[in-house]
Amino acid sequence: MPGLHRKRPGMNAPLIQARGLSVGYDHAPPVLRDVTLALRAGEIVTIIGPNGSGKSTLVRALLGMIRPSAGQVTRKPGLRVGYVPQKLHLDGNLPLPVSRFLRLNQRLSDRQVQHLLTRTGVPALARHDLATLSGGQVQRVLLARALANAPDLLVLDEPTQGLDQPGTAAFYRLIEAVRAETGCAVLSVSHDLHVVMSASDRVICLNGHICCEGTPSVVSNAPEYRALFGLGTGGALALYQHHHDHDHGHDHGHDRGHDHGHDHGHAHAHDQGPKAAEGCAHDA
Amino acid sequence: MMPDPFILRAVIAGLLVALAAGPLGCFVVWRRMAYFGDATSHAAILGVALALAFDLSILAGTLVTALGMALILAGLAGRGWAMDTLLGVLAHSALALGLVAVSFVPGVRVDLSLYLFGDILTVTAADLWVMAGGTGVILALLTWRWQALLTSSISEDLAQSMGLDPARERLVLTLALSVIVVVGLKVVGALLIAAMLIIPAATARIYARSPEGMAWLAGIVAALAVLGGVFGSLTWDSPTGPSIVSAVAAFFAGSLAGRAVLRRVMPSEPVR
Repeated sequence: MPGLHRKRPGMNAPLIQARGLSVGYDHAPPVLRDVTLALRAGEIVTIIGPNGSGKSTLVRALLGMIRPSAGQVTRKPGLRVGYVPQKLHLDGNLPLPVSRFLRLNQRLSDRQVQHLLTRTGVPALARHDLATLSGGQVQRVLLARALANAPDLLVLDEPTQGLDQPGTAAFYRLIEAVRAETGCAVLSVSHDLHVVMSASDRVICLNGHICCEGTPSVVSNAPEYRALFGLGTGGALALYQHHHDHDHGHDHGHDRGHDHGHDHGHAHAHDQGPKAAEGCAHDA
Repeated sequence: MMPDPFILRAVIAGLLVALAAGPLGCFVVWRRMAYFGDATSHAAILGVALALAFDLSILAGTLVTALGMALILAGLAGRGWAMDTLLGVLAHSALALGLVAVSFVPGVRVDLSLYLFGDILTVTAADLWVMAGGTGVILALLTWRWQALLTSSISEDLAQSMGLDPARERLVLTLALSVIVVVGLKVVGALLIAAMLIIPAATARIYARSPEGMAWLAGIVAALAVLGGVFGSLTWDSPTGPSIVSAVAAFFAGSLAGRAVLRRVMPSEPVR
């Protein structure tokens, strides 16, 4: 339903914009080539693609963690980003209470720590050691840390790796609730099709370059997407579609307190439907 | 009763090593760099040989080879070789090459065991100043870069997203590890420096609940082991360096046993 979004001038300076972005390492074919995209305030954008398609690389380039070999990335001045990394490889060698972890690069009072952990659904964990938590608890702690500086943009790099399906669904519901509350934009990376699709305003399908992008329903019907993810996802997509119609049929009008203002407030670059590129499945 | 000056110097030298090795060793344990410490310190023997051959100070020779080894390792890491294989090759090659090279140095009969196992009772006042300088450099680096080092030890991704450069923090640690080799050479020797990095930190881990707590505790454990080792060495006339390492090993074993008892007595108490 991209046509339903009205463009409203004035608030559309993108948070992050990439033009002709390529990333490569010497003597190897580029990981990313000629990626152009813009992220606007309040959007939930999901990047999907198979393993090795450059999803994480794209996120890192957008955040300035790696330098592009060509093209440019512009970030809105003063942009506050909350970053949730893929996974934490902590073993028991490093004793790290959750509260200490939250204070790694910022001063937080005990009350702020408690507030953040309560917000992400793990209020009792402040004094626990990070290495002893379950995967889902760790993700919530990572999210709490990312939220501490009231970010304009939340970036999640495959945040639900290793979570089971209910855990994944619960985590994405939390993200949606946080977005609804704070109005921050969300950029997430995933290959978990069901949940991703239902939580996103816009999906970017990546395989070294942008294959297609648009609203979830537009992308899931795009031939490029089908080519990339093959026939095996047919059933899963159908299942998802059902969910999507049920939950989001009225432009996020379910009862969780989404603010409708921003749902209409941002222009979508894909109003004309998916941007078709060359066949993705046969790409190097 | 005033102890002999050479014993006093030995104790001070040992404490200087402990002060630096304790906190630095925590990073070695957190970042799984145990073999890295071995390779760097084994390279010091090659440095001793070079210093004797070219009539340089032992200090300069060991610092340069340890640093060279550390930089080679840092450069080679992540280029297709498994890290433990690479370290195994380089550590033992440097040690063997150093031993061979020393045997070729003309005119000098070198007591190599001094450098392999240290001889804390030969520490001079001048040595102490150098060691104090080295310990000062290490502690200053660790204090200055603490948050950044800790963050990039937890997650390099996270560190990068905060605008830190994990490669720079690795370099800081590399530098500190080279300096500790020089500081520890006369005290515990090239073969056992890595033990002073790893065992105090591993012992501290049993009790510590925070990274800072672990660093302090590792320093304290190392210092107590130095006192115990020097005392034991004087009492039983055993080699001092190995005695210090034996003392810290005893701390570790005792702490493990203590924890096991604690768990039996208070099963509900989460010890870790």
